[in-house]
Amino acid sequence: MDLFEHQGKDLFARYGLPVPSGEVASSPEDAVAAATRLGLPVVVKAQVHTGGRGKAGGVKLAADLDAVRGHASDILGLDISGHIVRRLWIEEASDIAEEYYASFTLDRSARKHLGMLSAEGGVEIETVAERDPGAIARIHIDPVDGLSQQACRQWVEAARIPEAVADAVAAVLETLYRAYVDADADLVEVNPLIVTSAGEVVLLDSKVTLDGNSTFRHDDYAAYDATQTRDEREQAAHAKGLQYVGLEGSVGVIANGAGLAMSTVDVVNQVGGRPANFLDIGGGANAEVMSNALEVINNDPAVRSILINIFGGITRGEEIANGIIEATRRVDIDSPIVIRLDGTNATEGRELLEPHLSGALTMEPTMLDAARRAVELAGAGPVQP
Amino acid sequence: MSIFVDRNTRVVYQGLTGSQGRYYGLLNRDYGTQVVAGTNPRKAGTDVDGVPIFATVAEAAAATGATASCVFIPAPGVRVAVLEAAEAQMELVVVITEGVPAHDEAFLFNKLRRDHPDVRLLGPNCPGIITPGQCNIGITAGHIAKPGGPVGIVSRSGTLTYQALYELQQQDIGVTTCVGIGGDPVPGTSFIDCLAAFEADPETRAVMMIGEIGGSAEEEAAEFIAEHMTKPVAAYIAGVTAPPGKKMGHAGAIVSGGKGTAAAKMEALAAAGARVGQNPTEAGDLMVEIVAGL
Repeated sequence: MDLFEHQGKDLFARYGLPVPSGEVASSPEDAVAAATRLGLPVVVKAQVHTGGRGKAGGVKLAADLDAVRGHASDILGLDISGHIVRRLWIEEASDIAEEYYASFTLDRSARKHLGMLSAEGGVEIETVAERDPGAIARIHIDPVDGLSQQACRQWVEAARIPEAVADAVAAVLETLYRAYVDADADLVEVNPLIVTSAGEVVLLDSKVTLDGNSTFRHDDYAAYDATQTRDEREQAAHAKGLQYVGLEGSVGVIANGAGLAMSTVDVVNQVGGRPANFLDIGGGANAEVMSNALEVINNDPAVRSILINIFGGITRGEEIANGIIEATRRVDIDSPIVIRLDGTNATEGRELLEPHLSGALTMEPTMLDAARRAVELAGAGPVQP
Repeated sequence: MSIFVDRNTRVVYQGLTGSQGRYYGLLNRDYGTQVVAGTNPRKAGTDVDGVPIFATVAEAAAATGATASCVFIPAPGVRVAVLEAAEAQMELVVVITEGVPAHDEAFLFNKLRRDHPDVRLLGPNCPGIITPGQCNIGITAGHIAKPGGPVGIVSRSGTLTYQALYELQQQDIGVTTCVGIGGDPVPGTSFIDCLAAFEADPETRAVMMIGEIGGSAEEEAAEFIAEHMTKPVAAYIAGVTAPPGKKMGHAGAIVSGGKGTAAAKMEALAAAGARVGQNPTEAGDLMVEIVAGL
């Protein structure tokens, strides 16, 4: 779950971390009102769940209210890597003397938390990593021990942070680590972490991704979930509790289990088609879930055929077959459906489906055959033999 | 022979009194697994279809000689449940529960490694482990696996594991042990742990490995295969065409910055000498060839 910059800064502020004052605005008028309250100059910043805002023209300094209005109307509606800007963060301008980079994330291969710190902030950290890997100081943190004051101070030294601000930066990082752990974040990134000409350390940006699995111990996450960027199809699927990711093609995909669903998407591509989505209906496949899945896919105007790929494990073939039959009764499907049913009691399941087969509902013996048939029906290009 | 579990494994189910725990616990018992106890502090002294319920894992172990635990506790309770099982010195703790926070997983991994190095954690968010014909802990449909050998299976994906078991069964190929390590960011047991155990197991003569996009576990496994495996490996990686930066179901299955792509993983495995299939069927066919040549 990605947070907007301003949501991340709110979270930082709750830990007493220094962030500039600001206000959210969704119109040029709001932006002007916010700037009036904050005092000029301000920075008008696009709030989107993606990087590269600056380059795309999504961050502008405004010295007067006319500039605020102008920048706000330019930035609202801007398309930044496919994300349309619908909200702005109007922030008091900061007087930047130094720019650093700081982040905490989980290093899956080390199975520990990883802190990264660099005295060369303000630019893409990947660029720094390429040019001068030594400019990024890394620290692995054992989740059982946490980040000690001493280890943190040494890390700051290793990053070549100037002595004059080293203590202040270390204190900020210790608190930031606590926020990262308390919030169950997958990622907390501050770029830039600045030193003002008055010598104050300030978190000028925030990129925070929270672990959706930790919602049970964070009541405030529901509010963040409501501001996630999803396309219409994803929104509809999310509301029905389905694991759905929208793609660009014409073959609707339904499968049980994330691995099998991913594999189905792969196979559709391999036989020359383009999947319209990834949809995992989970271990079972009852009529309710299957109806919901078919409904979501049917509402996608790009879909020309639907591939249902089910492997029965504990769930038996006849239950799955009944689920499909019931679902096709409940939902009016516009596109032809191709079914591959395998696994436990697949024979019984196929027998149940047999009388319902038609041009609109066909069955194929294997995953590959089913994918080929679905791609053929979608008319999505050449089908390899 | 087998790895991690066999007919002597005695299992306590944490959460046997819940609906999922009861359903799969009793299915596992029907399969032949020694389901010796369940735990629930509020229902100690009762039983689930004849399986005695104890307040704690330690009490269950003392009374029944349980050596392994299977956790069906909801995600908020998993951290405490695993520590309880580890303190009761279970050799194996299998966590089926999905939705466990990544920070809890990282904590448990490091805590166990330090304070309970002899405890093997499998999962969370995994289908479990089955030594066909002997012991099935978790949610795998036992009858789709043919007992015996010579193939060991290790997989990050549930349904693809079943698919692999089923395809081997259709080809009349037996399986020594099938381990589902789960697709979460910090699994308790890794590909490498399983590959090493299969390499050491005399009855396992070939290994099927099923991976997914995201992370670098498959690349690390490839290094291990190149340096330490003498037994042939067939592999399949799901998510070849997944768009970058999108999560697909599993928390672990995410690609970012060109790392962890299926192509990179397949390349690493092929370079390590594994035979890599483009889809599950092809990987199954490759395994048939490997077994025919043993």
